[in-house]
Order: sequence, then structure tokens, then C-alpha cells
Amino acid sequence: MYFEFTTFHLVVTLILIGALMAVIQGTCAYLILAERKISAWAQDRVGPNRVGFDFGFNFFPFTLLRGMGGLGQPIADGLKFLLKEQVIPKNVDKIFYLMAPCIAVSTALLALAVIPFGPTKAAPVLLDYRTEEMLAEVAKRTRPMTPEEQERFIAENNEYQETPRGAAWPATETEKVYLLAADAAHARANGTEPFRERIKLYNSEKLDRVQFVIAPHVDIGVVFVLAIGSLAVYAIVLGGWSSNNKYSFLGSLRASAQMISYEIPMGMSLLGVFLITGSLNVERLIDYQVEQGWNVLFQPLACLLFIVSLFAECNRVPFDLPEAEQELVGGFHTEYSGMKFALFFLGEYTHMIATSFLVVALFFGGWHLPFVGELPGVAGIVVKLLVFAVKMALFIIFYMYIRWTIPRFRFDQLMGLAWKVMMPLALISLLIVLFVQHFRPLGEYDRWLMTGVSLLSLWLAAVVSLRMPKPPTRAPITYVGHPIHGVRRLSVN
Amino acid sequence: MPIPESDVKWVKTPTIGWVEQMYIPAIVEGLRTTVRHSIATLFGSGARTQEFPEVEPKLPANYRGVHRLNRDEKGRVKCVACYMCSTACPAHCIDIVAAPAPKEWQSDPVHGYPREKYPETFVIDELRCIYCGMCEQACPVDAIELTTLYDLTGLSREDMIFDKEKLLAVFDETTKPDAKYPNPIRTRSGKLGPASELPPDQGLTFSSTAQS
Repeated sequence: MYFEFTTFHLVVTLILIGALMAVIQGTCAYLILAERKISAWAQDRVGPNRVGFDFGFNFFPFTLLRGMGGLGQPIADGLKFLLKEQVIPKNVDKIFYLMAPCIAVSTALLALAVIPFGPTKAAPVLLDYRTEEMLAEVAKRTRPMTPEEQERFIAENNEYQETPRGAAWPATETEKVYLLAADAAHARANGTEPFRERIKLYNSEKLDRVQFVIAPHVDIGVVFVLAIGSLAVYAIVLGGWSSNNKYSFLGSLRASAQMISYEIPMGMSLLGVFLITGSLNVERLIDYQVEQGWNVLFQPLACLLFIVSLFAECNRVPFDLPEAEQELVGGFHTEYSGMKFALFFLGEYTHMIATSFLVVALFFGGWHLPFVGELPGVAGIVVKLLVFAVKMALFIIFYMYIRWTIPRFRFDQLMGLAWKVMMPLALISLLIVLFVQHFRPLGEYDRWLMTGVSLLSLWLAAVVSLRMPKPPTRAPITYVGHPIHGVRRLSVN
Repeated sequence: MPIPESDVKWVKTPTIGWVEQMYIPAIVEGLRTTVRHSIATLFGSGARTQEFPEVEPKLPANYRGVHRLNRDEKGRVKCVACYMCSTACPAHCIDIVAAPAPKEWQSDPVHGYPREKYPETFVIDELRCIYCGMCEQACPVDAIELTTLYDLTGLSREDMIFDKEKLLAVFDETTKPDAKYPNPIRTRSGKLGPASELPPDQGLTFSSTAQS
């Protein structure tokens, strides 16, 4: 291990797990209240405003807690869910029926393991992909060392025999040796710290190493989130199938098709970000944005595609076809009641939280607050936590407002959007990044070039799709409206 | 009959340009609407919701709520036990047992005619009632009326079976000078309705019979 892993860090991790679990449960409960409140406001209603913390009890200690209209609602709801009869319909497949809500919650919670929710600091890596000179240095030194040279070098750098994490590139022993050598040479030439010094410094600063992630330094970070997140579809498929109900089954069928389709543009829209940063590690992705500017500025198209895919991933309106109260009577969770239903809800809202953390971390700079310097010590940590939380909250509010803004898609429209629009656009966005990274036509302004070209390609997509041949429609009908009678005169041309 | 050309409004499908094809302006426009409504609800005109127990709803005066049995000027039940209401009732929730009216009622005509019968019991099952108001329309003497009393609750089914005393109590409650429920406007509130008024040509005969 090239990180020291002390008891201190173990304790910190355990505390983080406990705190995150507790906070997520509470947040989910209150998100449901927020959802209901926002729904109400958008529809000129008041929303739940009756339950304070007195819960209707009329004797002394409770009277003090009265008058916090609505804030006690989530607790009352939770109690109600807990105390409800646990109905298991007669003809369900019991094992899968009970398993589905557990999968829904556990996958959603698991995805949170690598998502930062507060200040993080990426561990130093052996090779900084972004430094031009270093790449040149490596290229210069990529000639075989003599065996003696190699032996001596390995002896010198004995403590780093394991492949340093964070550096995905050095695949072979020799390559690693050259990288270490290049790093040392680079440090000597520029008067900076070499890798081993940076690691020592990193290990020495305990507070700096408190990462607000349950599992820091996971190099496959985002891939892990995507993989676990897409497991959530199992919950829906199993729940719908085991319920032995046609509506539920239809819901889960829709969910499986939708989730698989939207995984693709989701992953592809992220590829550009990975290419630019050179890492999948979420802490590094945030660090990069802190240094270079938020990704949303330079890859607006990818950000848009990612957000749209997230809506589909979370089964939120306008992509809530698996639930579709009006058509499918709740879809996959029609047969669920009580705590099992609540678990589905918990999973859904945890998924929402996880995805909004992800979009904030990948495109909106994570804990970074622009134009404001960093505060030292604990104050800085608190500020960063708050910034992250506020960004996440804003994004969730955006989620909720979209719900009352856009009506639900028809299933063919949903599929058309994924395969005919978003996938080509994601490819284009990836190509733009590839092109700019490779040819660097404008030098310093490359990133802004990417912004321009992404927006241009969005416009082009709209123009091109207008020119596309339209699918055949019904026989053309001329509508003749009468202001009073509403007469429709049909004339088939 | 052909529709005159001036009345015809031709509707064309709007053409979609690249702005619409991008969807984003439409989404922004939609978000503007939802957010505008939220802001108006929170800070502006407020919600349309009436918060019931604290705020009394303003019901229209022809709201059909709980029944009442009207009293005449002497405080007697006005009903003449003609069974018109229970016959008209589509829900069969009115049960009347008629009895000969007391002697003094027969000799002391109400509204110009003698009363031979009066209801010994008059029971309405308020849970079965569909509040259609047909009893009220059928009543020839405007004895039964639907008030605007809407917040009716009971702890048992038996509570909600209203007998004559209860129905008269509703009359007393709703005709108090400071009653919070407005008098119903469909009938003429205690005065004789059109059905019970004497036809102009026969009026003389009837009233003469009554007085004789």
C-alpha cells in the first residue's frame, strides 16, 4: 500500500457510513415532503401542512411542538408505513416479490459509496496526464534501460513496488520504472516535489485525507456508479414480474427496455469528461474542474444528454413510464403495500440523491465555489459540504419542477429520443472532445472551442431532424372548427 | 343547415422550426410557467385552497345539505304526511308514519286549509340519502327542505338516522337569527311554495271549504 491506512481513517470511514445512511434516510423522507410541497405550489395548492410534531396528541409535552405545519408529515408517513399490514398477495412469486424492494434500496445505497458529498482531495498520481512536458519526458526516456540501471532504480524506489493507484497507465514493471524515473527527472528539472515526496506529504496531513466519500481513491469510480445504478432495474423487473399482475408486468417490461436504452447515451456522454480529465476517479474529476473550470461550461451538450438520461434512469417524469399511474395503476409497485412499498420509494429517492450528486460532481464542479477563496481548516470543510448540498438540492428541485412541466412521453417517442437523437448526439459530443484533444487547434482556447462546437451541433441536430423524412401518418384530415358547435369536417385528400 | 363561412375558423397545425425542434425553449417556457405559479402561491396571491376547519367555505345558497322539517307559525310541524316526498325519493330513505292530526289542528287551519293528517314519525336515513333535492320539489307544503348545513358527522350509523325531533331541531338551528348557514333559496323558506298555493280559479272554493 502506498497509502497509510490508520485507525483514524477507519474510524472516519465508519462514521461516514453511519452518518450517510442516517442522513440519506432522513433526506429521502423530507424529499418526499418537498416533492409534495412543490407539486402543490406549482398547482396553486398549499400541500401537506397539518402534521407538526405533536402528531395530534393533545396533552402537555406535545403542545409545545405544535404549529410546525407539515414538517412532521414524513415521520407520520414513515410510522404509517411501518405499522401497516404487510400484505403479500396470494399468487405472487414470494421470493422475488420480497427480494425486489431490497434490491431497490441496496443498489441505490451501494452507488453512494464512491460518490463524494463533501470536500475531497485526489491522491497524488505518479503521472500527471495533463502536463505536456512530462509526456515528452516519458517519451524521451522510453528506451530500454540497461539491466544494471533497472536494478538500481528498482532498489531506489523499492517502497513503490506495487503499481501506484491513481496511475492506470503503467501496465508493466518496466513502464512503471520509467514513469518513476521520468517523474523524478521532471521534479528535479522544475524544482517541484517528486512523487514519493508528494505521497509522504499527502499521508502526513490527516485532515486533508479525510475524504467525504465512503470509499475514496476508487479508480473505477464513475463506472462503479453506473454499473450499480443500472442494477436498480432488476428491482423493477423482479417486482413487476413476481407480482403476477399484468399492469405490473407491463411496467417492468417498459422499465427494462427504457433503462437499457438510456444507459448508452448516459455512458457515452460521460466519455468526453473522462477523456479530458484522464481519470474515472470522482475525486480527480472534481479536482480537475476546480483547476480548469466546470465541465458544464465546456461540454454543455454532454451535460444536457447526461441529465436527460438521468431522468430516464430515475424513472422520473417525463420518463416515468414504468410507473405511469394513469395507464398502469402504479406499474411495477401496484401490488406492493406498507413497508415494501416504502422501500421502493426510498430506493427511488436515494437514486435521485445519488444521481444528483453525480451530476454535480461530474459537471458542476462538486464542492467548488467559484470566485471565492478557500477557507482553511474545519470552516473550509463545512463550507464545501454546504456548497455540495446546495448544488444537489438545486438539482433535485429542478427534477421536481420538470415533473410539473413536461408531460410523459409515449413509449415510441421515448425510444426514438434515446436511439435516434441522444445516441448520435452523444457520439458527436465525444468526437468533438477527441478532435480537440488530439489536434488542439486553438491552443489555450480549445475548451471554449468545444463549447461552441457542442452548441452548434445541437443546433445542427435540430436542423437536420427537420429535414428528415417524416414517418407515414394517417390519411390527412382537414379540421374545420366551429366556434360554437365544434364541427369537424373530414376531407380525405 | 350549412355553417356560414364567417363562423368557420380554420385551424392549421403550427409549423415547427429549428427552435421548436430543439425542445429547450419549450422546456424553459414550461418551467417559467410552473415556477411563476409556485412564486405566486408562495409570495403572491396565495393558494386557492380553502383551509376548511379554520376557514368556512362560502357555499352557494342553493347548496343541498342536511334536511330540515319546517315549522309553521305556531311551531307545529308543517308536514301533512302526504307521502309525496318518500314517493319521489330515489334512494328510498324517507320513512313516514301518518296519523290523524290532533283535533285542534284540524279546526285551526294552517294557511287556509284544514289538516287531516300529520306525521307520527318522520325518519330520514341521512347515509342513504343522495341529496338530490327531489323531496323538496315534491313537497306541496314546503315542509321538507335541504339546508346548507354541510359538516354533518356522526359516530355511528344510528346517529345518522334522523327522526322528526332531530329534523325539527335542524330547523330551529338554521332559522336562529345568528345562524351561520344561509337559508336555502330554492323554496321560499317557510312560505308556501307554488305547488301548495291555491290555483287562482279554485282558490275561492278551497278557502271557503277551509273556513266553513
